[in-house]
Amino acid sequence: MEPGSRSTILAIALALGVLFALPFAAGSLGNPAMTTLATRILIYAIAAASLNLVLGYGGLVSFGHAAFFGIGGYTVGILFHHHRFNEALFGLMLGTDQFLITLPAAILVSGLFAAAIGALALRTAGVQFIMITLAFAQMLFFLFVALKRYGGDDGLIIRRRNGLFDLNMRDDTTFYFVTLVFVVLFFALVWRIVNSRFGLVLGGIRQGERRMAAIGVSTYRYKLAAFVISGMGAGLAGALWANYARFVSPDMMHWTKSGELMVMVILGGAGTLLGPLFGSAALILLETVLAAYTERWQVFLGPILIVIILFFRGGLAGLVDLVKKRL
Amino acid sequence: MTLVLEQLLNGLQLGVTLFLLAAGLTLIFGIMGIINLAHGALYMVGAYAGALTAKATGSFLLAVPAGLAAAGLTGIIIEYIVIRRLYDRDHLDQVLATYGLILFLNELVTILFGRQPLFVGVPPALSGAVEIIPGVPYSVYRLTIIAVGLMLALGLFLLITRTRLGMLIRAGATHREMVRALGVDIRLLYTLVFGLGALLAGFAGVMAGPLLSVQVGMGEQILIMTFVVVVVGGVGSIRGAFFGALIVGIVDTLLRAFMPMLMRGLVTNTSEADALSAGLSSMGVYVLMALVLLVRPQGLFAARG
Repeated sequence: MEPGSRSTILAIALALGVLFALPFAAGSLGNPAMTTLATRILIYAIAAASLNLVLGYGGLVSFGHAAFFGIGGYTVGILFHHHRFNEALFGLMLGTDQFLITLPAAILVSGLFAAAIGALALRTAGVQFIMITLAFAQMLFFLFVALKRYGGDDGLIIRRRNGLFDLNMRDDTTFYFVTLVFVVLFFALVWRIVNSRFGLVLGGIRQGERRMAAIGVSTYRYKLAAFVISGMGAGLAGALWANYARFVSPDMMHWTKSGELMVMVILGGAGTLLGPLFGSAALILLETVLAAYTERWQVFLGPILIVIILFFRGGLAGLVDLVKKRL
Repeated sequence: MTLVLEQLLNGLQLGVTLFLLAAGLTLIFGIMGIINLAHGALYMVGAYAGALTAKATGSFLLAVPAGLAAAGLTGIIIEYIVIRRLYDRDHLDQVLATYGLILFLNELVTILFGRQPLFVGVPPALSGAVEIIPGVPYSVYRLTIIAVGLMLALGLFLLITRTRLGMLIRAGATHREMVRALGVDIRLLYTLVFGLGALLAGFAGVMAGPLLSVQVGMGEQILIMTFVVVVVGGVGSIRGAFFGALIVGIVDTLLRAFMPMLMRGLVTNTSEADALSAGLSSMGVYVLMALVLLVRPQGLFAARG
């Protein structure tokens, strides 16, 4: 997608229009569950867009991105836990239930984790990178399973959603719009990043890392920066999810969650701006539809996934491009 | 001292099991360039087929060929339908397609055999314990696994270094195009390697049956450990898979055995100490992997080049 091309602007305007009108449509159709479904899609779209930054634009196949999603969620959960029981955290500060504090905290903490994991994992490439990111995510998963203080296996319940100004966050429509604001901001940020010099270098690294190194780019630093930004984005999504579900558990960082995020990116079209949004919508809708018919929906999802990978390259965004070319 | 020796042997037994999986995974990657997430699913298939056969016939001797056959057959079907189309794709497509395979196989097994874990008894001929050194009894079954595993490792080593097939496998790993140009049916070679990997995974599954509960998800649990082995040992190297597996198996077992004592010394609350030590010992091998990466990113026993 070229920045500023007419079709891109049209697509974005269309997507925004639909997303804005959705809760009102849900209300008038008498189907309020649509709003919460859309909230889920939007939150996962942020997580998938973060992964897309490293995976689609940078060519780094991270199979452990759920770790940052979970870290973001747990930051909100732990801060709330300490706020509720009035306990000091690390003997220093009290917890909080204010959105404007918990959200930046979640982004910061997941960024720090991404910096540590990325610094190690990026010493390798290719298949080792895939295995290592997976293994680190699994390590954090076990850590949170073991933390009995924060619920361990059972997770942590967040009684109330975080407060934001005087908004009634309990209301699902309000929370949907809050999420939508973050989605718009985050996608705008991704657009800025991929069209900046930094983004161009990142694309160059994907296409030929040795060439980029040969012309004097310190590729490790660029990859690490992208990985950290991406981890922060996933942390933001995790923080939103913790508020949406009012619950965090180690399952948020289970390896299947990392797999789901990758599926969303590929389904929507890796390396495209809106691809993750399409992918998130497609996977969650598919899950919802299949789950309505059978509890064992994964037995269908697996083969569908394989067929898509084997026969439809470029994902939904690629399909859209293909249709556009035919017209 | 007795406990240390016993735990070392337990670690060796886990290491041997890990090797059976890591060897297949690393061969399939080294030769075919395929990262196969469904490798753990083959282990699960082997374990289920073995457990069900043992239950139906009461004979563990029949369970072994049943597990091998089921895993081998599943492997060949998977190779024929899915993996074959992935050779020229990038790792990303391979990861996702084999992830789809895991979802499918796990759910299929759940549908067929339910969520309840299966338990298999240790075969009567191998139950009980022997004294390895006077005063230290150890499970015969675990000793058998260690012995058979080491024999398989030796066999694999001989196969790869001493036979014509092994020569082709080594050549295929380093000079794929040249091997093809010399008229070797590379497709057949690939299918053979994949089948061999599937058999090893299936065998590991059958043998693990009496030690663990056989259930859906067991494949992924060991798959991720196997990844750690492959990274620690060096991708594509059988020798690396062998030593990596032993190191990871022993470190993991020793941590699980001795961390609780250590933690109880440090943390006064017993239940919290136990939970913490369970978590920390699960993390141990990943920390080991991080350390290896810091010192030698290519792995401890990386293949040349």
